[in-house]
Amino acid sequence: MRYAETGYNLEVDLSRGNIERVASDPRETELYLGGLGTNAKILWDRVPPEVEPFSPDNLLIFAAGLLCGTPATGCNRTIVSTISPQTELMAFSMMGGFWAPELKYAGYDKVILSGKSPELVYLWIYNDTVEIRDASHLQGKGAVETAELIQKELNEPKAQVSAIGLAGENRVLYASIEQGRSSASRGGIGAVMGDKRVKAVAVRGTRDINVAKPLEYMEQCTEVLEFIKWREDNPIPGVIPILAVLGSPQEMAIHDEQWHTENFMWGNARERRKGFWNEDIESRWTETMENVRTRLISCYNCPLKCGATINVPGLNTYMMKCFSKLTYTMAAYADLDFGFRIAQRATEYGLDAYSTPQVMAFALELYENGILTDDDLPGLPEDNEDRFFWLLDRIVLREGIGDVLAKGTYWAAKEIGKGADEYAHNTIKKIEQLPLKLSMLNPIYFLMYCTGEKINITQIEGQFPQAPFPKPEHREKFVKDWFQVPDDRFKQYFLDWEPRGEYSNPYYPTPEMCCDIVDWQEKMHYIDDALGMCAGLSSFHLKPPYHIHNFPKFIEYGAGIPMDEATLSKAAKRYRTLVRAVNIRRGMRRKDERPPEDHWKKRFPELEKELLDTYYQYKGWNDQGIPTCDTLRDLSLDYVAEDFLQRGVLTDTEEAPGRETGQETDADEG
Amino acid sequence: MTDAKQTKTVKTIKINADLCNGCRACEVVCSAFHAEPKYSSNNPARSRVRVIRDPLRDLYVPVYAGEPAGAECAGRDKYIIDGKEYDECAFCRAACPSRDLFKEPDSGLPLRCDMCEGEDEPLCVKWCITDALTLEEREEEAEEQEEPEELEFGLESLANKFGWEKMQDALARMAQRE
Ligand code: SF4
Ligand code: SF4
Ligand code: SF4
Repeated sequence: MRYAETGYNLEVDLSRGNIERVASDPRETELYLGGLGTNAKILWDRVPPEVEPFSPDNLLIFAAGLLCGTPATGCNRTIVSTISPQTELMAFSMMGGFWAPELKYAGYDKVILSGKSPELVYLWIYNDTVEIRDASHLQGKGAVETAELIQKELNEPKAQVSAIGLAGENRVLYASIEQGRSSASRGGIGAVMGDKRVKAVAVRGTRDINVAKPLEYMEQCTEVLEFIKWREDNPIPGVIPILAVLGSPQEMAIHDEQWHTENFMWGNARERRKGFWNEDIESRWTETMENVRTRLISCYNCPLKCGATINVPGLNTYMMKCFSKLTYTMAAYADLDFGFRIAQRATEYGLDAYSTPQVMAFALELYENGILTDDDLPGLPEDNEDRFFWLLDRIVLREGIGDVLAKGTYWAAKEIGKGADEYAHNTIKKIEQLPLKLSMLNPIYFLMYCTGEKINITQIEGQFPQAPFPKPEHREKFVKDWFQVPDDRFKQYFLDWEPRGEYSNPYYPTPEMCCDIVDWQEKMHYIDDALGMCAGLSSFHLKPPYHIHNFPKFIEYGAGIPMDEATLSKAAKRYRTLVRAVNIRRGMRRKDERPPEDHWKKRFPELEKELLDTYYQYKGWNDQGIPTCDTLRDLSLDYVAEDFLQRGVLTDTEEAPGRETGQETDADEG
Repeated sequence: MTDAKQTKTVKTIKINADLCNGCRACEVVCSAFHAEPKYSSNNPARSRVRVIRDPLRDLYVPVYAGEPAGAECAGRDKYIIDGKEYDECAFCRAACPSRDLFKEPDSGLPLRCDMCEGEDEPLCVKWCITDALTLEEREEEAEEQEEPEELEFGLESLANKFGWEKMQDALARMAQRE
């Protein structure tokens, strides 16, 4: 018997309309765990680097994490992996909600979509019955609307539906996949779904999920739940509200937005508005929030309620979570009320709430600076808020300039020319980043921004405080019950870290310490992504309920795979390296690994070089960021080493950077 | 057995639907607790509490499996909540011939909440840390009455479904095979 996982994947060839239930190899689970890990293996094996994102040969994989559907609190992530049309690298966005556990109960670990359907369709999975169904009547429907229509026509209110809106259908490069209160947003995976002509995947399951050691497993689960309860009553003192309490930032619950509104940039990631937050705004925004928020809601099997049902009078109800509360508002220099109104339309369209507002603010900046003119924007309204709604529609319908903006700031700037790339200033690996512009280089964040292949800072940071605590006694207090650290040396790094002086940014923590810290932070995210765990209870947080010491037990008691910390760390390193291998094979190199030039005002080129050199070495990568043959073989990734040698990505001497593939040159020339 | 009045502690679960966040942890833990062996699997379709969720209409109602109904009710009505029609059965506690709810997915046997017999506290209550489910205990005067055992309860439902004779035959056959 297979434990925690079902042992079956659903292979759907959309070109032929062929559906197959295929047993997976349990040895792959041992090596790559599941979720992201096994997704990376499939993409490596089956999607060669020549395959374009919008090719029938690209795969779109919906995976439930290894432990999804077991009683482990908050283990509900769907990991969607494909080749991103925005970066042309591997995208592995995730979503919470209810879809992944339902897929498990239906008897599958993954749905692997290949080919391209001739007509718009949706997939309906009910245990053993799997159908490709006509979706022509759903064309142009909103993502939330679609889910409801499908539940209704199937007469299955309990079906869980992942759907795209018009943005995905029209292949907007930053289209999302929406699923009730959750969405998989980054990297344009919704566009790949639209390209495959799949409007939605609906699933319902009524089968059992087994665990290997029931009593032991339940004991771990209960301990975690108890700890969550304790953490709810004992927020971490001295940090900003969203870091003090667990959850995938509790943006729907909190009203105090001083930190975001005064530290994040407004407009096209341009202006910091110190002193913005005052009593008047606080009371107005609180009122706005309370008027539209019907209820705080959770994902499957989690008490944290990070999402909310939003009901703006006159508009259809939708659900929201996290920072999307503020992204539109801040991009448009508008009020919170505007943010809720426009997010409703954007959610139905199915769009990434980080990229979309920035693209629109970028377009208006180009207009203000004469790079785009009235000829490019015929019919642009006078009113600022109306302009955002107008641009949103143009982008999704791909009309006029909207067709160009639908490619995101990086590609749009290339196409517009006339110096537009000066304005596409906030991307890493071609994806719009959080609007943060800071003063002093933070060496830990420098490494995370450079090398994070999930491309969103929130998907690599966590565990270690973002900044030093001013007073030694606070630091002492913080480390006292910090049992989540992999080793006590991490406590010392933090104890010695000062806001200024010799032991402060950017020279402390030292490059070696930074490597250690970043590696730990990244590792915990990768473990979450294989198990299907929510980062809001794990990798994203300080002192989370799940950590490197209890995860091995969850895997051993849950999935029945003998596990300890070293084995788990090695497995995580294995599929982390495989993700990098997929990207290296597609042309990613050192020059792609850098934060936006203006992310920090104070930069230190020599130190930055040293940091990256040290980190690459620490990871077992050469100076181009390519995993060396030794590293690959040590991780049982010999097949990657062979491939790299054959392609000349690595040479026999290993350390010499090999030939770069054509992909990259193309990308650079736009 | 005497007929004398005795007091007994009646445990009830109070449901505050306003506090429910729709997470279905109650379904997870209930089905895990009743798995054989205990906690060896889980499957919300086997849970004895089910959350009726309709997020867009802000409807979250945890419903507990009560006494099974022998036949479906006549003259059923509709509920209209926030503009959407719900079948009256939507909120009913009974396993009933008319539907799959509160029945074991494989055998079709009816399910009934047993307050997690043997545990100090019902597990759905314990796992609902947002307090939508809480336990209330009160003393009540009551006739001493034997509750039918789980086994008896199951057999009775089988008998209702297939008839006594068929069931006795089946039992006899099974006993021979053992
Ligand atoms: S912490 Fe929040 S986002 Fe994470 S699983 Fe729980 S409710 Fe969902
Ligand atoms: S555990 Fe509580 S909050 Fe969650 S669905 Fe059940 S009743 Fe609602
Ligand atoms: S009290 Fe126990 S048996 Fe009844 S619904 Fe809750 S968990 Fe299930």
